Amino acid sequence: MGLLDSSPGARAAALVAPPLIYALLLLAFPLVAIVVISFWTQSGLTLERTFTLANYREIFTGPIYIWGNANRWGVLPLSLFVSATVTLITVALAYPIAYFVSFVAAPERKSLWLFLITIPFWTSYLIRVFLWKVILGFNGVVNTGLQSLGIIQEPLEVLLYNLSSVIVTLSHAYAVFAILPIYVALEKIDRSLLEASQDLGENRLTTFLRVTLPLSVPGIVGAVLIVFIPTIGDYVTPELMLGSGGRLMSNIIQTQFLQLNNWPLGAALSIITMLAVGIVSLVFILLNRRWLRGRA
Amino acid sequence: MITPSKAPLIQLRGVHKYYGDYHALRGIDLEIRQGEFFSLLGPSGCGKTTLLRTIAGFEGLSSGILAIDGRDMAAVPANHRPTNMVFQSYAIFPHLSVAQNVGFGLRRESMSRDQKARAVAEALEMVGLGGYGGRAAHALSGGQRQRVALARALILKPKVLLLDEPLSALDKKMRETMQVELIKLQRNVGITFILVTHDQEEALIMSDRIAVMFEGDIEQMADPETLYRRPTSRRVAEFIGKMNLLPGQVAMEGNRIIVDVAGLGRGAVEAEQAPGGVVPGATTVGVRPETLGLLFPGETTSRRLADGVVDEVVYYGDMTYYDVRVPGIERPLTISMKNLIGQPVLDVGTPTQVVWDERSLVVLSR
Amino acid sequence: MRKHWGLRAYAVIYLAFLYAPILLLPLFAFNDAAIIAFPLSGFSTRWFEQLWTTQALHDALRNSLVIATVTALLATTLGVCAARAGTLPNFPGKRGALGFVMLPLVLPEIVIAVALLIVVRQVLDLNLSNWTVIAAHTVICIPFSIAILNGAFQNLDPSFEEAAMDLGETRWGAFRLVILPLVLPGIVSSLLICFIISLDDFVIAQFLTGANPTMPVYIYGLTRFVDALPLIMALGTILVTISVLLLVIAEYFRRRGVARAGLKDSGGFL
Repeated sequence: MGLLDSSPGARAAALVAPPLIYALLLLAFPLVAIVVISFWTQSGLTLERTFTLANYREIFTGPIYIWGNANRWGVLPLSLFVSATVTLITVALAYPIAYFVSFVAAPERKSLWLFLITIPFWTSYLIRVFLWKVILGFNGVVNTGLQSLGIIQEPLEVLLYNLSSVIVTLSHAYAVFAILPIYVALEKIDRSLLEASQDLGENRLTTFLRVTLPLSVPGIVGAVLIVFIPTIGDYVTPELMLGSGGRLMSNIIQTQFLQLNNWPLGAALSIITMLAVGIVSLVFILLNRRWLRGRA
Repeated sequence: MITPSKAPLIQLRGVHKYYGDYHALRGIDLEIRQGEFFSLLGPSGCGKTTLLRTIAGFEGLSSGILAIDGRDMAAVPANHRPTNMVFQSYAIFPHLSVAQNVGFGLRRESMSRDQKARAVAEALEMVGLGGYGGRAAHALSGGQRQRVALARALILKPKVLLLDEPLSALDKKMRETMQVELIKLQRNVGITFILVTHDQEEALIMSDRIAVMFEGDIEQMADPETLYRRPTSRRVAEFIGKMNLLPGQVAMEGNRIIVDVAGLGRGAVEAEQAPGGVVPGATTVGVRPETLGLLFPGETTSRRLADGVVDEVVYYGDMTYYDVRVPGIERPLTISMKNLIGQPVLDVGTPTQVVWDERSLVVLSR
Repeated sequence: MRKHWGLRAYAVIYLAFLYAPILLLPLFAFNDAAIIAFPLSGFSTRWFEQLWTTQALHDALRNSLVIATVTALLATTLGVCAARAGTLPNFPGKRGALGFVMLPLVLPEIVIAVALLIVVRQVLDLNLSNWTVIAAHTVICIPFSIAILNGAFQNLDPSFEEAAMDLGETRWGAFRLVILPLVLPGIVSSLLICFIISLDDFVIAQFLTGANPTMPVYIYGLTRFVDALPLIMALGTILVTISVLLLVIAEYFRRRGVARAGLKDSGGFL
């Protein structure tokens, strides 16, 4: 039987090996490649394989990506702002739902609620984004609906082609990612702690503020990260909702790779984006730790 | 009833087990006889479960020899050993019925379907679960699970049945019932049982012999009575039952062993009262609460006496435990008294006299 | 039940927000008009009939199904390895290795797509094909597979395997007769979830798809044509129906697994 009869540690290692090797080949190695190529340059159709910081120089000194100008923000700060706003709204909207399922819903109904909440998440993402465009569009469902009811005369233009539509769509798309971690954190709270708090004279609201909320912070942190990080990389929603006008970081990366064929610049932009996301996430985690420790 | 024969069924010689730097078993020497009910007793982390799993074949030896029925087990994997195990969690397969669980090990036996069904029914009958075969495993109570686990192991007629804390998951009443049933079952089937437990009372009640383990080694191995009356060390004395530990001096006067016990006085003891040997000088003397007594008003005794004051009274119904402060000893003596007719329960602060006897002293090594 | 009426109302409104776009799908898919607007103009199945006769769509669908099937099998196989390893004693670096495999969960998808594109085209100089999409989809599906299977494997009593071996089975016999039947529901739901993720993914497919587009890439192409909107609605209706069906099946198996193990249902895939 060979490996199968060897020590448990060795068996665990043998079992970890296939997924790990797969991830090394198809994740670690590509991530290294992206770093390497970001230090090359594209001249016309040929790839210049000499080490240079040209791409990063362009990103940091040019007017588009970071600094912007008087009329418009740089793309990176704008993207971070949009993602942060989406995150804030999504998590704020999700918390009461997670709380509801964990604390209010009947125990035997909990998995039904979770199931209901997860279903929309698993239906075609592309079609959901597209549907929001249809709902919010110039001749969309909201406008034509309101018009046919006689509530408005002219279509409301504010609905589409601005950032709020991006934010609505993304908040919808990532709702489940926010609900589940918070729900898990809330489920872990020992219910007798709440009774203890009330026994010690707190009412329902102060119990929530002094016991439930602080104990659910790990869930909130998880929710924030799991929404914030992928929304930065989402280019379908801005593409469909903003049209050809405003563009976010992910759209620019996509364009560099699939249309302008400037892969090194695209790679450098990807890395800058990842770094920005990583730094913001780390700062967030650190601040949170400090805050939690400050209270302890 | 089958009496234990003298032939060792299981032999361990110099068994060591390391987990990395951690020395889990430190040179175990052990012989267990055919038909014996043997217990491994000790606090958690003492290596008793590791030792059991070594015998079962789930853990290899770092060094030493393990033989079952005269056969070296080094190259024999768990599934080929003549041992079967009752797991602490019972490990009842939840996707199988009771009968399928009990018959699990028969898959590889060359028996007809009818024979297997009959064997399963008999095994269930034996553990008092006749007619339960069709039940779903996850619908069983704790006690029923344990019976299924027993039937599943015994149906394979192992030479040794290994029981890993089998009663720890049950409530007190159920545990007491199962203790008695396990003893009867073991006598009926005549199979060697090895029980791992941290419950000293359970070990005393059930076992023919007990090995008390601390820190990966066997500290003392004896029958229950010897273990209780003549513990060799402080640790064993403290782990098994209640024991007053008193500072004392021991000396040899000719062939006689003389102890001078703080608070009680001098007395001569027999050699068997110093099972750990005699090293003249300062020592610890143990005395069980039930071998001490109080002299109630109006009573007389020819035994030895010491003055004291009642410090604490705990009333148990059938018994009363007194803590009595005796001059010359730092900690009060614990004394247990049967609540006999006409005998008062003393109040805290009452002056009294402690009755003691040299014959109940134990000189403890280490 | 009168308590928390505010929260209850909020929960219902929130569900409405979650479901609103999906509920609009069939409304316009069966609407007899080329534009997506109110008022509705009558029942029609012509958009579905048009789908039925569009050859390019059928090719895209077949492509997507092949990719999703292979991805589901591959990701779940690797997921079983990782989840099983997770239940075994630690060896140095095990947590790190398993953590690394979970990394795609917190990487923007576009980064994974771009990184793989560079490797395939620049480093290996291979042509893009269904296999490049499968390879990438497997990377993003493994964490989900592990998350689902972890639940299944961690519900197992660690003594089950030893008990089976104690009763005479080999390690393989113990796996086949005890472990596998108990985690099978988890495996089925992992297969289904990975299948859906792959079927649904657009970002990676757009970067790595070869000459034959997958279904989402084809749909994305359609969104540029205004007169194709009702077609998308009809297609969306079909996809949503299939997804919901698969999810119900997955949920059924998950619950059966929970019941089999004799555990209390704690809900949810993740």
